[in-house]
Amino acid sequence: MSGIVIATLVVGIIGLVIGIALVATGKKFYVETDPREEAVRECLPGNNCGACGFAGCDAVAAAIVKGEAFVNACPVGNMEMVEKISAIMGVKAGQAVKKIAVVRCAGSCEATHEKCNYVGINDCRAAVLSGISVWECDYGCLGFGSCVSACAMDAIHVENGVAKVDRTKCVGCGQCVKACPKGLIELVRADKKVAVRCSNRDKGAAVKKVCTAGCIGCKLCTKQCETGAITVDGNVAHIAYDKCIGCGKCAAKCPSKIIIEL
Amino acid sequence: MMRKTFQGGVHPNDQKEYSRDVPFQAYLPKGDLVFPLGQHIGKPAKPVVKKGDEVLAGQVIGEADGFVSANIVSSCSGKVKAVESRRTVMGTTAMSVVIENDGKFTLAEGIGAEADYKKMKKEEILSKIQAAGIVGLGGAGFPTHVKLAPKNPEEIRYIIANGAECEPYITCDDQLMRTCADGIVTGLKIMLSMFPGAEGVILIEQNKPEAISAMEKAVQGEQKIRVLAVPTKYPQGGERSIIKVVAGRELKLGMLPADAGCIVDNVATIYAIYKAVCKSEPLMEKGVTISGDGVKNPCNLIVKIGTSCQELVDAAGGFPDGAEPKKILSGGPMMGIAMASLDVPLQKSNNAITVLMEDEVELSQKRMTACLRCGRCNHVCPLGLTPQMMGVAAERKDYERYEKKLYGLECIACGSCTYICPAGRPLMQLFKQAKAEIMAAKRAQRG
Repeated sequence: MSGIVIATLVVGIIGLVIGIALVATGKKFYVETDPREEAVRECLPGNNCGACGFAGCDAVAAAIVKGEAFVNACPVGNMEMVEKISAIMGVKAGQAVKKIAVVRCAGSCEATHEKCNYVGINDCRAAVLSGISVWECDYGCLGFGSCVSACAMDAIHVENGVAKVDRTKCVGCGQCVKACPKGLIELVRADKKVAVRCSNRDKGAAVKKVCTAGCIGCKLCTKQCETGAITVDGNVAHIAYDKCIGCGKCAAKCPSKIIIEL
Repeated sequence: MMRKTFQGGVHPNDQKEYSRDVPFQAYLPKGDLVFPLGQHIGKPAKPVVKKGDEVLAGQVIGEADGFVSANIVSSCSGKVKAVESRRTVMGTTAMSVVIENDGKFTLAEGIGAEADYKKMKKEEILSKIQAAGIVGLGGAGFPTHVKLAPKNPEEIRYIIANGAECEPYITCDDQLMRTCADGIVTGLKIMLSMFPGAEGVILIEQNKPEAISAMEKAVQGEQKIRVLAVPTKYPQGGERSIIKVVAGRELKLGMLPADAGCIVDNVATIYAIYKAVCKSEPLMEKGVTISGDGVKNPCNLIVKIGTSCQELVDAAGGFPDGAEPKKILSGGPMMGIAMASLDVPLQKSNNAITVLMEDEVELSQKRMTACLRCGRCNHVCPLGLTPQMMGVAAERKDYERYEKKLYGLECIACGSCTYICPAGRPLMQLFKQAKAEIMAAKRAQRG
């Protein structure tokens, strides 16, 4: 009988002591957490792609709550997400537009030709460092697929010697832009439907020699454009997307078919 | 007894029999000459001529832009055709001066005037070298006037003439030492006069007995110069290997040869110094080896800098009948750069064109397997690095480990590891890529 009492007392007292200690430590080491952080994290896509520049979705959520990042810091999420986050943060959302990568080269195996037989590591950066321009065109896509391995969304592939973006899968994280040693990939607002697919800055005649799908700087597009969005700068057409209305007239007129409707 | 070799290294077949006994022939270019303005380490030169100008051989057409830069000198007379972007041996394009060669090679005034270096001051010699546009002719192209102006000149103990020529196929330095031994010795004496405390060493690999005996004859009676014959091993001609052999010192991280009391210059550079100082002749021509099984008559030529490589291959008889070579390299097979086109000008630092009927890189890539961890690459690395681990880090793009843990930036890209690798792995290319990306990241960080 007394044995049970003693055991109960011992266990009870130990339990009480531990309980008090737990409460005390809990009070002492309490970490102030913002409930909004969890809420913001819930709104984010959660694929931890790192496109925002932070370590992952948790990190960018913390940064948004602390005010170190804007509510539209995530380039992957849509407008709905930004609105939700701004509601949590109590600010008015600005305009966040989804962007999609566009490869500014259309030099497929038929359009341009291999100049030499590159033997070495299958990586665009390694090929560029070897100093050899593998294709006739010095500016174009090498097709070794550094962008393909950089893409976490399986949205870019090398087809027929030139990288192509799958617009349904691309989230606009910009990893391929960083990976391309030729600087051919650009992020373009998803609602804009035309793009220049050439980066060759040589003069027209020189371009024609090396590639059939090259911008020859003829300026037909600039004459078509009603809003003055297209300029030919350095022998290659550029579209200023803030002015572009996406009418597609330039694409219809381009003789080399390098301005295309996406 | 000092150790006469360095650790590691490989023994590739030296392939020198193609051209070793073919005496120098002067080759005068027929076509236009092209002078890229960046033929050296440092800032490219500024063009000082424009389209339509008449230039003479020996005239400065590109002026050094800053201290670490070098003059570019025309090697022919004629009219400036253009100052435009042209393709270079490296495969990239660079601003170049194109001169329409009139075939006369009329020399500019004052060239060929004899002068006595003994009466000159140190500064005078340096400015002559600088004006002549001399850069390291062994391959790197480091401006020589910068190399000859170290921070602590009194600490220089050795001036080393590098006649190792360890790269297979190349024999132009061998020929130069056989034929112009006195000029090289005089050049070395000029350098020694600038560094009174130093000793001159002419380092030659033992596979060049004729060059050794010619140089030994030329240094007879010289108190401060000796010839050092060393075992044939690649990369004996590397700066670090040479310093290890001559001074017995190993260069630690970030050390320059001058920090170890050494100045290392290629024999061709030293000969150019002799010509610039004693003959007032700027760097206009140099010895080049055209070799390999893909040319009819492998030979050693004295050519004008700026000559098209196509002309040089033609001068060597062109490709064998009906055959097309698999690979053309500027330089030798170990460190040379593959060329996509022969329509590029020869630069100061190019010393060979090697034409091969078989591309061994392609063959090795075909039999490439995963790393076997045999450790042969670690064994042959002349710097004592661990290419096996560096290769893994570079492949994973783990550049922090590559740089901080494995000291990958120290790699001199000699290619010994790639040569020895039984798995046919492209180690040197991985390292070159890793180094370039780390350097690019550092530049971006600095802004």
